[in-house]
This record gives sequence, structure tokens and C-alpha cells, in this order.
Amino acid sequence: MSFLAIKDIHHTYFTKASATTALSEISLHVEEGEFISFLGPSGCGKTTLLSIIAGLIKPTQGTILLENKPITGLKNQIGYMLQQDYLFPWKTIEENILIGLKLSKQLNEQTKSAALDLLNQMGLKGIEKQLPKQLSGGMRQRAALVRTLATEPKLLMLDEPFSALDYQTKLKLEDLVSNTLDSFGKTAILVTHDIGEAIAMSDRVVLFSPSPGKIHKVFEMPEELRNISPFNARNHEAFSSIFQKIWKELDSLETGKN
Amino acid sequence: MKQGKTNVSLLHKNYLHSLTIKKRWVRFYQIVIFLLFFSSWEISSQKRWIDPLLFSSPSKIWDLFLEKLQDGSLMANLGVTLTETIFGFILGTLLGTVLAALLWWSPMLSKIVDPYLVILNAMPKVALGPILIVALGPGYPSIIAMGAIISVIITTIVVYTSFKEVDPNYLKVLQTFGATRLQCFKEAILPASFPTIISTLKVNVGLSWVGVIVGEFLVSSRGLGYFIIYGFQVFNFTLVFLSLLVIAVVATIMYQLVELLEKKLIKE
Ligand SMILES: Nc1ncnc2c1ncn2[C@@H]1O[C@H](COP(=O)(O)OP(=O)(O)O)[C@@H](O)[C@H]1O
Ligand SMILES: [Mg+2]
Repeated sequence: MSFLAIKDIHHTYFTKASATTALSEISLHVEEGEFISFLGPSGCGKTTLLSIIAGLIKPTQGTILLENKPITGLKNQIGYMLQQDYLFPWKTIEENILIGLKLSKQLNEQTKSAALDLLNQMGLKGIEKQLPKQLSGGMRQRAALVRTLATEPKLLMLDEPFSALDYQTKLKLEDLVSNTLDSFGKTAILVTHDIGEAIAMSDRVVLFSPSPGKIHKVFEMPEELRNISPFNARNHEAFSSIFQKIWKELDSLETGKN
Repeated sequence: MKQGKTNVSLLHKNYLHSLTIKKRWVRFYQIVIFLLFFSSWEISSQKRWIDPLLFSSPSKIWDLFLEKLQDGSLMANLGVTLTETIFGFILGTLLGTVLAALLWWSPMLSKIVDPYLVILNAMPKVALGPILIVALGPGYPSIIAMGAIISVIITTIVVYTSFKEVDPNYLKVLQTFGATRLQCFKEAILPASFPTIISTLKVNVGLSWVGVIVGEFLVSSRGLGYFIIYGFQVFNFTLVFLSLLVIAVVATIMYQLVELLEKKLIKE
């Protein structure tokens, strides 16, 4: 049995003006420890799917199983980092990263020091008492990641975590996140619209097509790319051929639409 | 290099100096207006260009001020009015915030009461005065209720709007950690709306003065509002002006204090 099972998800948003089908016939299995990327043009339902997996939205049809249990009623098993950091501006970094533990009543000396350790590991030493606005974009993103990881979720989902950062910061963070997740053996889903990022970070890349959002194709990343850091993967000779392959598929989606 | 640096600091000094000078001129004109107003009032009253019985004069007001200060009645009545106002605006703000929280809690309730809020907000609340006095008796409770009721509906509307405008993604973050609705309110909605609540406090100070003074007009047994009504009835306009000036000074001080509190709380 697979770790995460996404079974025939359909989702339609209803508003006064219209009914938008955001997702249709989504089925996917994710194994424990796997790193998956969702790639696709904006509007093809990636964020919607993450929200459904996180249990924030109830899909109009279909089920999500995590370790064979429906995700409704599971608490803190799934960590979800939104498209922006959404650190609470009135809370210090420490209060921000401990909020998950506090809400689920797991906050004690041990979990607190674990969270602060993680903050150090992420290169954010000595900023516990600062407010989010005193930090740079990259630092805030790292703090938000610590907040998500602090409750030790089994599955981590990241929605375009690096899209607002400059290129250099982004490359560094890719390596840092990849390292951290490897060391915890976490299962992760990354949403991105950057082909290179998807290839460099993941074991499998799921390509979505729009209107309605569907899984178009799934690409297995070559073995030699999986075992090296994202930065090195970007420079590996196997990188450009797989890049070309995915790029062509994406391109055919765009031209098919027109 | 060094030359350039000293030059810049010199220019900066000049700039600061010019700012101070401008500030001084502003202060100067403000004082001139103040002196001009009171001295022309005094002179025109003495020369009987204006009716001294009606318009009194600064010197008479000053004498009355000293007299009322000595017999203790000014401080006693000011104390009464001040207490009523403070309780009124705190109560109004608190009650308004609690009502807003209820509306946020139940979207259904908020839809249902929406037209009633509009009606209540449009209605002149001081018109409720007589009913309050009959219901609560002519004393502190009814006057404080006047001070509160005048601000409670507008506070509810403003604070509820700010609750609704909190970015839903903050709630999403909390929900991913399994937060309950109460936790969402405590961790995101309330702190995010704190600046709005403080700024309604500022508006409510002014509103509560109106409510309390009108309340004292009606009950007419104590307070500065009573002074004004009494002065009017016995045709002692010096007393009316004295009360007005005291209210102006104290209300300004109170407003400034709330503003100070606001700066302190929202500095972060
Ligand atoms: N709350 C919502 N109400 C109505 N339609 C929505 C809502 N959220 C997203 N949509 C629509 O669903 C589709 C998928 O959106 P989204 O999941 O955000 O895509 P992506 O993350 O891939 O850019 C879009 O067409 C979007 O307009
Ligand atoms: Mg999205």
C-alpha cells in the first residue's frame, strides 16, 4: 500500500457567477520518503489539490488516504507551507515557529528546543526575538519552513516556496530544503512552475494540464540526479535532456490550448 | 572625501536648523491667535461692543474658575463627568468589539442583523436618553449608558469590517495546524484588528463626551453638563463658558492620552 493515495479527485468551485471545475480525475500514489513536484501553468489547480490533501477544502468527489486512513480528522500529520510565508507580523520569530506546537498542545521544553535547533540549522541563529518584518525574504521563507516542520508532519507540502526570491537565494534554499528533508526522511510535495527546480529537487515530476486541471504526464527523474543536491543536479549532464523533454510537453500544452 | 563628508553634515545641520525655525514660526502664530482671540473678547466685553451678560468675558470666567476651584464644586463635577466619560467609552468600545466578535463567529447572524445595524447606526442615539433615564434611573448608570450607546454600534460595524478583512491565508496557516475557530480568533483575527480597535477608541472618546454631556443635561443633578444647563437656566453664561472651556481642555488631554497609548501599542 502506498503512503499517500489520491483517489479520483474532482473539485468544482461554486460562486454566484459560475461553477469552475478546478480538478478532474486526479489519481496519484506517493511512496514514503519520496519527493514529488507538481508542475504546470498557473490556474491548473495545483494549489487546490494541496488544499484538498491538507484537508482545508472538501473535494466534490474522491478521497485522500494517508497511511490508509482518510485525512479528515488527522491532526498535524500534514505540513502545508502556503505560497507566501504568512508569518504573523505581530509575533516574534520564536512565537511564529512555535504556533503549531502551541495550538496542538504539544509545546514543552523538548519540542521547543527542537524547533529552535531547527532554526539554527537553517542558519537563522539569534533572530528568535525579532519580528518578521526585520528579516529578508529568504530568511522569512526559512522561518516559515521551520514553523511547518516544528510539528513533525509526516508529509510536507510546499506551494511555490521560492517563487518570490531572487535567483541566488532560491538556489541556496533549494539545497538547504533538500538537505533538511533528506535528513528527516520526509515525504514531500513541491508545487512549482520552474521546470529546472522540479527536476533538481524531485524523484518524480507530475505535469498538470489546465482547464480542468488534470494529470497530463508523470516523469521519473533519472537515478543519477536523484542522489545529488539540487545545485549539482542543475549542472549534471543528464539535466538538460530531461529538461528538454518536459519543456516540450509543457510547450505542447500551451500551443494545444491556443 | 573628508571634505565632502563635512560638507554634507554641514548641509544637514542647516536643514535641521531651517526646520526648527519653521516650527517656531508655527508656534508663534498659534500663540498670537490665542492671545488675539481672548484679548479681543475681553476688550469688546469691557467696552460693551458685545453683550457682557450673554458673552461674559475671559476675566470673569477666570474669577469664576478660581471661585469654583476653591469651593471644590468644579473638581467634584469634573470628576463626575470624567468618570462617566471614561466608563462610557471603554464600555462602548468593549461592547462593540464583543458584538463584532459574535458577528464574525456566526456569518448567519451577521447576515440577519445587518439591516438592523444600519438602522441603529443611522438613528440619533441621544434620542434614547429619556428612555434610558426612566429605565436605569437618573444617576451614573443611565449617563454611562448614554456615553456607551452612542459609540457601540459604530464600533461594532468598524471592528467587524476589520475582522472580515483579515487575510484568510493567516487562518489557513492556523487551520493546517488543526486550530479551532476560537484559536483562529485569538491568534489571528483579534491581533490583526488591534490597530483598528485602538483607533475606534480614539473616535469613541469624542463620541462619549457628547453622550455624557447630553445625559447630564437630562438628569441635571451633577457634572459639567449640569453646570451648563444650570448656568443657562439662571442666565449665568459665565458658568456656561467656564464649563465649555474646561470640557475643551480635558477632552483634548484625554484624546492625546489615547493617541499616546495608540502609538505605544502599535509601535512594533
Ligand atoms: N476560492 C475559489 N473560488 C473560485 N474559484 C477558484 C478559487 N480558488 C481557485 N479557483 C479557480 O480554480 C482554478 C485553479 O486554481 P489554483 O488551484 O489556484 O491553481 P494553481 O495553483 O495551479 O495556479 C483557477 O481557475 C481558479 O480561478
Ligand atoms: Mg497556486
